[in-house]
Amino acid sequence: MKRYPAFPTLIVIAASLYFLVPLYATFDFSLRMERGVLSFAAYRDVFQSDTFISTLTFSAVASLVAILLGALIIVPTAYWVRLKLPRVRPLVEFLTLLPLIIPPVVLVFGYMRIYGNNSFLPLTTTDPGTNLLLVIGYTVLSLPYMFRAVDNGMAAIDIATLTEAAESLGASRFAIIRRVIFPNVRSAIMAGAFLTFSISLGEFVMASLLNRPAFGPYLVQMGQDYAYQPAALAIMAFVVTWASMALMQVFATRKPGQRFLPRMPRLSTFAPRRVQS
Amino acid sequence: MSFLTLESVSKSFGANTVVKEFDLGVRKGEFISFLGPSGCGKTTVLRMVAGFETPTSGAITIDGEDVTMLPANKRRIGMVFQAYALFPNMNVYDNVAFGLKINGMDNAAVDRRVRDMLDMIALGHLADRYPYQMSGGQQQRVALARALAPQPRVLLLDEPLSALDAKIRLSLREDIRKIQRELGITTVFVTHDQEEALSISDRVIVMNKGRADQMGTPSEIYNRPKTRFVAEFVGTLNMFDARVADAGANRLNLAGRDIALPSSSGAALRNGETVKLALRPEAFYLDAQRPDDVPLEGRVQHMGFHGSIIRAKVTVGEQTVTIDMFNQANVAMPSVGEPIKLYFSPADALVLAA
Repeated sequence: MKRYPAFPTLIVIAASLYFLVPLYATFDFSLRMERGVLSFAAYRDVFQSDTFISTLTFSAVASLVAILLGALIIVPTAYWVRLKLPRVRPLVEFLTLLPLIIPPVVLVFGYMRIYGNNSFLPLTTTDPGTNLLLVIGYTVLSLPYMFRAVDNGMAAIDIATLTEAAESLGASRFAIIRRVIFPNVRSAIMAGAFLTFSISLGEFVMASLLNRPAFGPYLVQMGQDYAYQPAALAIMAFVVTWASMALMQVFATRKPGQRFLPRMPRLSTFAPRRVQS
Repeated sequence: MSFLTLESVSKSFGANTVVKEFDLGVRKGEFISFLGPSGCGKTTVLRMVAGFETPTSGAITIDGEDVTMLPANKRRIGMVFQAYALFPNMNVYDNVAFGLKINGMDNAAVDRRVRDMLDMIALGHLADRYPYQMSGGQQQRVALARALAPQPRVLLLDEPLSALDAKIRLSLREDIRKIQRELGITTVFVTHDQEEALSISDRVIVMNKGRADQMGTPSEIYNRPKTRFVAEFVGTLNMFDARVADAGANRLNLAGRDIALPSSSGAALRNGETVKLALRPEAFYLDAQRPDDVPLEGRVQHMGFHGSIIRAKVTVGEQTVTIDMFNQANVAMPSVGEPIKLYFSPADALVLAA
């Protein structure tokens, strides 16, 4: 039987408890909305709220558009940098890290100044314009995760030789990106996408300062006004984040032509064999 | 009339000129190989033909069309890479169909052509497999089928066998040559493996420092090397210092023995100068074959078993000579430490400038 070393095992147990006990406490609290019984009343309450559905839908759509926009910007950029401009890769890497250094509040105030009332492009004066700014903001926030994921995905394949192989077969650069590069970094894009989704779904600062009906401000508002529902929301947000991480793993490790689930055995497999007489 | 021509093609990367005034004419259906050490410029020449590098000067034409500045995707060239370069997201069928679909061929014609190509490489049963599900040899066969499917004007092979194990390399080499002959496609093959180049090519171009040192049939390259580099790079050579006794009669003096050579191998001899007399390992015999054979006395230092041949190191004077003998089970071989006599024919000796 395999033996586990004592000290590292203790550290793992302590870290797990540090993580799981508050989670359990929150979950337990979220079930105690009705006095004396454990129930999902807080969850029911949240799901029955129109605001919950509308803010969640708004944030989910904004996140998905940001992911799409991010992928359209990042994949060709990372491809071109790796193929033709490897020297500027550290600079691009640094630029994509900036959203982690510059607080979102700075970014959003910058947007409000540049695209405000007196701007040549007054995006903040209309709802669609402000929504667009929020999506652009989410795209910027996703850059560190998206670029790293896609760049690592490209490092895993020999893009220079694949490009040359496709070129020798008559493909244009656009066709190469669309038919060779994109499909081969799809799992990397998905990994970046799920990270982006889990971050921007509950994003507060940008959505709040741009006054958007998003899920992040809704979560904060609920925290101020209610007791049990925020705990239920926290657990749900946690489940969404972990589901995103799990999907990221599934996509990252899946090979082309591989099924998501193992093939179901055909019924005939279970049929009794005929005994030859 | 050459089908593929390179006229005074040079290529520089910054101050470093890797290909210098390179001229080449390849006939339609010919199989030529670029052979040379790493960094000699052979791959750069191939990449310029493919359109992946632009010549600094000179011109490249295919079937009379100047393609020097034509983008790679417009040249109608098929290329096979050392690293296979199959598209990992596509199965075998889609990999082979890629070039056909890109060129706008209709689905029925694509299907027919892909099936034909897969039959040609005998991998029709693996059409649904993905590259990661196949061996290196199988992947390289698919890469060959993919390159040939759109019926390219020229096939370029960039060290396609280097990543394969010895047995697969040999069988794929034969397959490549067979398919090339069947299709009659003009082919340029780059390799640093001399055995590969000599065994499948119509002509071999030995490259050195960005220039073609010698172009010729495999036999010319091996038996009549024109430069010392070619002589030393292709095959194994034993070198002896010899003094020119009579330049007019091609008479040399080797360790006190007078040797009359049938020819000077193109070298300009001057009386009294010291030249290098070069002999291949297989030019030595343990028994005299002809009356004018030159004898050398030595002592066996090492016997190496290579299957069909036995390669021995023999000390002759202060020099170690490498000799090859056929492995004949019924013939007794000299043992290590034993004194032996070696013979060579003056006709097999090459004269190289010292």
